[in-house]
Amino acid sequence: MPRREDIHKILLVGSGPIVIGQAAEFDYSGTQACRVLIEEGYEVVLVNSNPATIMTDPEVATTTYIEPLLPATVAQVIERERPDALLGTLGGQTALNLSKALYEDGTLGRFGVELIGADYEAIDRAEDRERFRDTMTQAGLRVPRSMIAHTLDEAQSAVQELGLPFIVRPAFTLGGTGGGVVRCLEELGTIVGRGLAASPIGQVLLEESVLGWGEFELEVMRDGADNVVIVCSIENLDPMGVHTGDSVCVAPQQTLTDKQYQLLRDQAIEVIRAVGVETGGSNVQFAVNRDTDEIVVIEMNPRVSRSSALASKATGFPIAKIAAKVAIGYTLDEIPNDITTRPDGQSTPASFEPTLDYVVVKVPRFAFEKFPGADPMLTTHMKSVGEAMAIGRNFTEALQKALRSLERSDAVFDWHREWVELDKATLLEQISVPHDGRLKLVMDAIRAGATPQEIFAATRIDPWFVDQLALINEVAAEVTAAPELTPDLLRLAKRHGFSDAQIGKIRGMTADVVRGVRHALGIRPVYKTVDTCAAEFAAATPYHYSTYDEETEVMPRERPAVVILGSGPNRIGQGIEFDYSCVHASMALGHGEGGAGFETIMVNCNPETVSTDYDTSDRLYFEPLTLEDVLEVVHAEQQAGPVAGVICQLGGQTPLGLAQGLADAGVPIVGTPPEAIHLAEERGAFGRVLADAGLTAPTHGLASSYDEAQVIADEIGYPVLVRPSYVLGGRGMEIVYDDVALEGYIARATAISPEHPVLVDRFVDDAVEIDVDALFDGDELFLGGVMEHIEEAGIHSGDSACALPPITLGDHEIGRIREATEAIARGVGVLGLINIQFALGSDVLYVLEANPRASRTVPFVSKATATPLAKAAARIMMGESVKQLRAEGLLPASGDGGTLPGDSPIAVKEAVMPFNRFRQPDGRYVDTVLGPEMKSTGEVMGIDADFGRAFAKAQAAAFGSLPTSGRVFVSIANRDKRSMVFPVKVLADLGFEILATQGTADVLRRNGVQASVVRKHFDGPGPDGEPTTVQLIAEGGVALVVNTPHGSSGSGGSVRVDGYEIRTAAVRANVPCITTVQGLGAAVQGIEARIRGDIGVRSLQDWAAR
Amino acid sequence: MRARRPAYVLLEDGARFDGLACAAEGHAVGEVVFTTSMSGYQESMTDPSYAGQLITFTFPMIGNYGVSEAAMESDRIHARAAIMRAAVDHDQDGWLAWLTAAGIPAISEVDTRALVRHIRDQGAMRGGVFGGELSEEEAREVMLAEPEMSGRDLAREVTPPQMVTLDSVGAGGGPRIAMIDTGVKRSIVDNLRARGATVELHPCTSSADELRLGHPDAIFLANGPGDPAALDYIVSTVRQLIGQLPVYGICLGHQLLCRAVGLDTYKLPFGHRGANHPVKDLVSGQIEITSQNHGFAVLGPDGSHTIDHDQAVRWETDFGAAELTHINLYDRTVEGLALREVQGATVQYHPEAGPGPHDAVHLFDRFVGEIGGTMAGAAS
Repeated sequence: MPRREDIHKILLVGSGPIVIGQAAEFDYSGTQACRVLIEEGYEVVLVNSNPATIMTDPEVATTTYIEPLLPATVAQVIERERPDALLGTLGGQTALNLSKALYEDGTLGRFGVELIGADYEAIDRAEDRERFRDTMTQAGLRVPRSMIAHTLDEAQSAVQELGLPFIVRPAFTLGGTGGGVVRCLEELGTIVGRGLAASPIGQVLLEESVLGWGEFELEVMRDGADNVVIVCSIENLDPMGVHTGDSVCVAPQQTLTDKQYQLLRDQAIEVIRAVGVETGGSNVQFAVNRDTDEIVVIEMNPRVSRSSALASKATGFPIAKIAAKVAIGYTLDEIPNDITTRPDGQSTPASFEPTLDYVVVKVPRFAFEKFPGADPMLTTHMKSVGEAMAIGRNFTEALQKALRSLERSDAVFDWHREWVELDKATLLEQISVPHDGRLKLVMDAIRAGATPQEIFAATRIDPWFVDQLALINEVAAEVTAAPELTPDLLRLAKRHGFSDAQIGKIRGMTADVVRGVRHALGIRPVYKTVDTCAAEFAAATPYHYSTYDEETEVMPRERPAVVILGSGPNRIGQGIEFDYSCVHASMALGHGEGGAGFETIMVNCNPETVSTDYDTSDRLYFEPLTLEDVLEVVHAEQQAGPVAGVICQLGGQTPLGLAQGLADAGVPIVGTPPEAIHLAEERGAFGRVLADAGLTAPTHGLASSYDEAQVIADEIGYPVLVRPSYVLGGRGMEIVYDDVALEGYIARATAISPEHPVLVDRFVDDAVEIDVDALFDGDELFLGGVMEHIEEAGIHSGDSACALPPITLGDHEIGRIREATEAIARGVGVLGLINIQFALGSDVLYVLEANPRASRTVPFVSKATATPLAKAAARIMMGESVKQLRAEGLLPASGDGGTLPGDSPIAVKEAVMPFNRFRQPDGRYVDTVLGPEMKSTGEVMGIDADFGRAFAKAQAAAFGSLPTSGRVFVSIANRDKRSMVFPVKVLADLGFEILATQGTADVLRRNGVQASVVRKHFDGPGPDGEPTTVQLIAEGGVALVVNTPHGSSGSGGSVRVDGYEIRTAAVRANVPCITTVQGLGAAVQGIEARIRGDIGVRSLQDWAAR
Repeated sequence: MRARRPAYVLLEDGARFDGLACAAEGHAVGEVVFTTSMSGYQESMTDPSYAGQLITFTFPMIGNYGVSEAAMESDRIHARAAIMRAAVDHDQDGWLAWLTAAGIPAISEVDTRALVRHIRDQGAMRGGVFGGELSEEEAREVMLAEPEMSGRDLAREVTPPQMVTLDSVGAGGGPRIAMIDTGVKRSIVDNLRARGATVELHPCTSSADELRLGHPDAIFLANGPGDPAALDYIVSTVRQLIGQLPVYGICLGHQLLCRAVGLDTYKLPFGHRGANHPVKDLVSGQIEITSQNHGFAVLGPDGSHTIDHDQAVRWETDFGAAELTHINLYDRTVEGLALREVQGATVQYHPEAGPGPHDAVHLFDRFVGEIGGTMAGAAS
């Protein structure tokens, strides 16, 4: 069937901010879809609130709205744009839920918008637990026995039918939010209650437990002519009970016989037909009982999912692209398979099933260390913040490559590690509960002599996987026992994925020495190609992975190449923003339109990203970002043709950390040289740069013990900011207020980074924090943007909301900032991007830190100012000047981000927090208070003509709309009481009812604001059952919570406990919670804008053309 | 360190790929082919169509789930060797023990992708798996003593010595089918029996009269190894039966029926072996993902290797018109046809799967249904 001619304009909805369970994969899928639809000649209208995405680049869609993903806002876009169709299956659960809501509220009907991909009925059949179950049963498929419950009483009565344990799955949530396992009757109330609260429709499914069964997923693609193919099968190492996002996964499946696998395949096809997803990709999850061969269907996502992204990267089959093509009417056999398309245009069609001649392993990356007290047990509720994927020619190689891709020294197997004499029984006990460190303990259990059967009994991990782990252990044992490192032994170890560093540790040598020996022996990896067809057809697409085999497939080339190092797995502090910059560099340097004419080569290991799409760069190496792996890629490319240089500046701390090692090995680093990076990161050296430029840093000192730190803290006075050196995302940073807290911190921090000392800084109280992104070409500075934080200094910049252009700074201050930025850029020796954080307090401009690299805010600044900073940076790194880029039009002809015209829109960035994901072992949420340690997973942007409206949009996009009426609960630390009076008074004048704790209420009353007193949580309910604040919030009686934290973080006290209870109650009840006075001021402006009712929508293209 | 036995694959053109011996001692020679199926290694090894061939598995880990009786496609291993990137053998009675017990050599740790790329570019050719102690000259000699695949009759090596009758499974009442057993897979027989058919398995040298002896309702031409052009004795037998009885065929059977009606076959450069080939059914318009295992194919109406459009083109045959019913969307070769003036139809691919997807298994309903239709017609 040819493409549809009856539709012309298609609305595509993105997935919003990066949150746990919904990450960069939807930028990847949305970007692919936009490109396909534009190529096909459709107009594409895109809505997404996340500025750090490639899809929201103004050239990707016809019209781009960075607006909150709320039904009312998207309805405004629809009213304005009048699209013919809405493609809602490529923006994750967010887009699917929005599509459903817009259908249900009649918007789609009113404006004649057709849902394409999956229609309303199909979405509902897949998403509504009861309908899904009925649909499956009618199709003759087995699903776990289950019941729907809307109340705790209904749940009680389920126990008899389902037995214990049983699973709780809330309806319409993503990533398993609010789900859990009820193992005993005592847990029923808590866990079911949580699930009911998490479901937007107050409905949970209680389900027969299939815990411990094997978990499998199939990625299915269907076209309008009912042709169905399975793109990929995925098997989870962790059996049922661990969310697939938190599981170690292997593709394709390894342990099922052909007969078993074909049954799953048949059922997956049945499922997509029964649910009725007309066109596009779906993901079907199965549980397989390994003892009885029973198969049950667990769930189906009628849309492109995280697993689809993994399957696309694992196979080379571009699921999102094909999903978009079948949605507009093509059949699979009419779509060519890009990968096998040869220069002569010949190709095979997409109506096939990829076959793999390699093994793909995905491992999750967790961030429990960011949330002290959080329970690291893994459940059906996803907790990982990112993932790494690796490809090898066997499982052991792929697994070990994946583990080292995580960039956590505690993730890789380590035989040299001090051997704790744990007995087998203890280890078996420890691995019986899934948690983030289980895989290594399984290895320990193997070392302690546990058999695969014993491990299977304890973990239900299939013995096949245990055997593979045992194989890795055997190889390690050989390497340990061998009298010398022979070529055969070295080759054996490499073929099972051992890094030089691992081998070196076992043999007592450095990784450099192992590498030297290996190279002397001529043992180097070769690079194979991901080609969808196991080499049955010639493939021209250079999507490579390393392995220790004989033949390499890297093709020689003429053009000089630039190698761009990506940012690895997403983590808190290093996410999609860095991928954005890397992708932009590839665009700016490539030989496409507007490119500098280089061959671009991307190295990365994150399957969620646009950078690892096979057509983003000329060549893609899906490899771990370690020195060893990158050196080998560079070597292979140097064999293939000239390499102009390696870019380490755009992928965040990961590649930056490799720069020195690469330079030492003789690899040309382009942009800011490693010595300059060191200059900026080493405090003493940087202090001299500042001194030379006459700039001030907060007083600070360097301590390598508690005693030293205490002396420094005494000198500069509490509160102090303490942190290890060389950090990103405020890893391990804390504000401490006394000696006790300092001692506690030092004890923990030294464990984090033993090689590096601890920095003790004067904490600049009551200052405005300013973030600057700038370009420097060695001569001229281009100030990309000056962002004013809404929260005061002390909140990590990644967690702080900020406004651009700065809302309270005048030309004079911006002038000072410009001068300081230029002096630092020049003093450090930057070539490319630099990010500097300043604090402005009592008219002193303090330099907090400078990072000679792309920052998290580059995409935000680029979108807000319509200037492609990362592209310009890449060109500067390759030798062009700001002047040349201005002449070419890549940068504006005159002016920069510091001289924005008066009618520029205001853009507000707001961070999104994952607090609802983490609980303590007792089931209570972790505290939501912000501090110098970054905790957010993503961000949104609100853009409008003034601050109030922009802030309101950013809040709406991040947390849901600010309230326009109702009750506001206020509880404020003493130091903030004076500054809170005015904004609270405005709220009262706007008609809000003010509730407050006694102390706050007294202050308000004295200032003429009436406030009702509410009981503190600590005091419990009153004699006549008067509710406490926490109860009020939990019951939904409060529209907005304002609570600024008291005292230091880390120590106890009733006031602090109260604050914690208030904030977590707000998270639980999904009530906006403001924790700073500055945030309150901004919120008041936002609320006023909403009450005025003049918040519209406007596209980026429209803003740029104003 | 565990004892490692060096071994290598040597091809006729001199290409050599090193690895480690991992099953029976000794060497194996024959045609080196590859399959891209990701599961079903045991089914492949026991598929008689692989007689005379050494199988290179593109899937890198082979042996993952051991071996079982249920996965036998015949009573023994027919492939001559297994060539693998990684052999997995965690059970005492697992995959490698099974190969060893059957005297089948195998080699692992081979850069199978390099080997496959070589075969893809140079075509399937003779080769062997040899122990490291054997010199290349010696290996070459052994290899060249093996006849080439073109012109080779391997059916006689895998056909049963005498006729065997297998009753239908379940209710019965279905047709009686005389199968010319050139090396039939169990899955084919099972699929027919499951649909009520009684199946007679005849030696491939049986005459038309011998085939008719049990009063079958149809003739079925099985899959099997070797070059269809070397099986003229079967072709002439079939010619005597066409028009008398419905004739159906799968794989080699498809090629034989086509040759019997006067069409021609040719050798594909490296064959189709895998479980992911898209085949379009030109009658329904549906695309099916199919199991494939063949090295020869049928020429199109104008003598071309490929069919340019998804159209039911026609051949004029010695028995009237034949119409294309199935086409391979990978390389646009003939995958199935139906005789329009006499009763008969064939497919090149494997609707019985074993291993592979079940998309086309409904074809057995069609075949058995058509035969049943003739029976009903005959009865009335």
